[in-house]
Amino acid sequence: MRSVRRLSAAVTAGLLAITLASCAESARDSGAAQGGGAGATGGTLVFGAPGAPDNFDPAFAQDGETFRPARQMYDTLITYKLGTSELAPALATEWTPNADFTQWTFKLREGVTFHDGTPFNAEAVCFNFDRWYNLKGAPAQTQAYYYGAVFEGFAQNETEAGLPPVYKSCAAPDPNTAVLSLNKAKGAFPAAFGLTSLSISSPTALKQYDADKVEQSGEAFTYGAYATDHPTGTGPFKFESYDRTANVITLVRNDSYWGEKAKVDKLIFKIIPDENARKQELQAGTIDGYDYPNAADWESLRTEGYNVLVRPVFNILYLGINQKNNPALKDLRVRQAIAYATDRESLVRNQLPEGAVVASQFIPDTVDGYAPDLQPLPYDPDRAKQLLAEAGQSNLTVNFYYPTEVTRPYMPNPTNIFTALAENLRAVGITVNPVPQPWNGGYLDSVQATGAQDLHLLGWTGDYNDAGNFIGTFFGTGKPEFGLTDPALFAEVGAADAVVDPAGHAAAYEQVNRDLMTKYLPAVPISSSPPALVVRDNITGLIPSPLTDERFLTVSKG
Amino acid sequence: MLRFVVRRLLQVVPTLLLLSLLVFAWLRSLPGGPAAAFLGDRATPERIAEYNRLIGLDQPLYVQYGKFLARVATGDFGTSTKTSQPVLAEIGRAMPATVELSIAALLIAVLLGIPLGYLAAQQRGRPLDVATIIGTLVGVAVPVFFLGYLLKAVFAVQLGWFPPSGRQAVSIDATDVTGFAVLDGLLTREWDASLDALSHLVLPAVALATIPLAVIVRITRASVLDVLDSDFVRTANSKGLTPGVIRTRHVLRNALLPVSTTIGLQVGLLLGGAVLTEKVFNWGGIGTLLADAITEKDYPRLQALLLLGALVYVLVNLLVDLSYAIIDPRVRLS
Repeated sequence: MRSVRRLSAAVTAGLLAITLASCAESARDSGAAQGGGAGATGGTLVFGAPGAPDNFDPAFAQDGETFRPARQMYDTLITYKLGTSELAPALATEWTPNADFTQWTFKLREGVTFHDGTPFNAEAVCFNFDRWYNLKGAPAQTQAYYYGAVFEGFAQNETEAGLPPVYKSCAAPDPNTAVLSLNKAKGAFPAAFGLTSLSISSPTALKQYDADKVEQSGEAFTYGAYATDHPTGTGPFKFESYDRTANVITLVRNDSYWGEKAKVDKLIFKIIPDENARKQELQAGTIDGYDYPNAADWESLRTEGYNVLVRPVFNILYLGINQKNNPALKDLRVRQAIAYATDRESLVRNQLPEGAVVASQFIPDTVDGYAPDLQPLPYDPDRAKQLLAEAGQSNLTVNFYYPTEVTRPYMPNPTNIFTALAENLRAVGITVNPVPQPWNGGYLDSVQATGAQDLHLLGWTGDYNDAGNFIGTFFGTGKPEFGLTDPALFAEVGAADAVVDPAGHAAAYEQVNRDLMTKYLPAVPISSSPPALVVRDNITGLIPSPLTDERFLTVSKG
Repeated sequence: MLRFVVRRLLQVVPTLLLLSLLVFAWLRSLPGGPAAAFLGDRATPERIAEYNRLIGLDQPLYVQYGKFLARVATGDFGTSTKTSQPVLAEIGRAMPATVELSIAALLIAVLLGIPLGYLAAQQRGRPLDVATIIGTLVGVAVPVFFLGYLLKAVFAVQLGWFPPSGRQAVSIDATDVTGFAVLDGLLTREWDASLDALSHLVLPAVALATIPLAVIVRITRASVLDVLDSDFVRTANSKGLTPGVIRTRHVLRNALLPVSTTIGLQVGLLLGGAVLTEKVFNWGGIGTLLADAITEKDYPRLQALLLLGALVYVLVNLLVDLSYAIIDPRVRLS
């Protein structure tokens, strides 16, 4: 009896398996080559990315992980020369301002098509600018951060941050000429035209897939199908899929690309948040490279035969000083004492990665407006003590806030940096009360919104080559972070930003940098640190960019 | 019986309501929030305030809670603040990964644990027994994340026997049927996909299996020793039964009763342990969702995961109570 039962159970299980198997069919395209190995021209490149993109519509992109795939699928009117922050032609072959910089005329590249086969032309350019300008609803306007930051406002501002719009109109006198008119000149142009967020999308796809449909849903925002599944640009790679379960984004080569075609057939971004896991995947050979290797691993990775590609620096770390929270810090001599007390040479040498440099001002030397004559304030503890004594602050006590649970390219290990700087300050008689707070657990609120700190660590990675993108962000207006009330400083920054011819703009910011370091010293610039990428030795052509704007079309796999 | 079930089910409602209130209040009492996480480096106080205003986080807590309850009542657990995907759909997609990993770990733990425990008991005091005891102590003591990294360093990086992380190689164009990668390959006859998924499963399953394996070995060993000392085994011996018959029919069968209870308890622990294992192996299951949601302060996803977890727990408890009554008629359901 028992064996009969077992037999019937086995038969039932077998029948069930056969039934299930007959319901399931392989969805593989039997004619297609299975990925992985070298394809007809270049195989598949798998790159480990530390985070997932928010979406695929560059207009709503706000962070590096969202920019990374977008940069492969889209083009901007102007781009940056590979490996630099210098401007270079992209969809526009020429760009010319009028006399007062309120109108920009773009000569467009001919023979370019979007991934959906529709033509790229001046009408498409104007469609994109008009789309951004006319975005409706606070959710969409909030998500279009970079458009809002550069063009300041929308046709109908629906957020509290909205200002009178800089954008006026766009005209297409002929298919290959787009004329952009502005309500006011801005020094950020033309560099800002290279921002990934201002990439040109296919008007047909934008309309077809509800690109502007950004809605609030409970405690989140949702996007139209364009942003989630149908990004359509003119770039060297086309979107194929985003497997949200496996965390894999797959792009394929655009064989109709207007420029030099991508060398690999397929480009895969595998999202691996844990840095150690990315390293082990590289070592196991399951990925070809990854972003942001830990600086402590650079040397060992090189020894193992991998290529560590160090980016040119394009960020700044500063020791913030809040003059409002601690009246003693209003005295310039006290702030200078803090600067003289910090041994930044040692900090850079001992705590920061190879390629890091001591900052002499609030922008790195890769940004126009850098004053080459400015030297870093020297490490001089005796001078620091003397200045503190002169200011009557020999027994100064400060609350020093620093973030935990975070690394940033400009700040690879905040706790170590804090420890070194606090030690410097204690050595000149300053009492330091350490206040560690999790980055996303109150730190930003404390130092930026509340201004609860006397000293703090923070920094900035630039978006494009404009000194205003750094200095305007820090000191353009009064903020709780620094507790500044000096209208002369705000006026000087505002005046520099208003100079629109590139040479004058840079010269004005050079002067601002000098004055910041000598007259105001609202914070202490510490250092600029380069983040890196790492690839296997058979990967060539990946050019590290100061803007983290790496393009994979030049990459080949040997 | 029916009255008991209905009454217990009705008790679930206030239990979950209380839990939802606790989860809701706890999340919002934490410093930081989804806005700062979402906006990253560009999170200025003004932008955070604007973001919070738009998604209603600036409203009084009771208003937020009321809206949350209203949505949950319609089966809408909200949308992830990070991925903009409905959280229930995300959980549905991730669930097979976690279940697959847990089943694999449990299989390893049971198939290795029971024979090892039995052998250790049979050879009490001998080297194999001592080695097993030491091994199980180490198994319980080693943190899962450390073991995970160690396994990857040796078997993925050094030896190259298994892939270091993920569920399937990116080059495998597998057809998704049930979400269980190994099973899908079998169903669709994509044998390479199934084998690849299996090879990805080995290291995380071993890492996750360590603690339950150690527990099962120790319980089996203790239980077998207990049974070996019992009168009926002596009687069986004196009757002249062969050692093989005594082992299988009498010792093992009786010793396995407490072991099966332990295995049941380990299932719940496995799901908990999967959080760390999934993080280390970039597994993409419920554990990964939970870990990411904590980092991103993703309120909707965290609320859904914690509440659904609590619901499962409450329902399993109810089933256990019912099963006692069925197995042992002396237990009265009242």
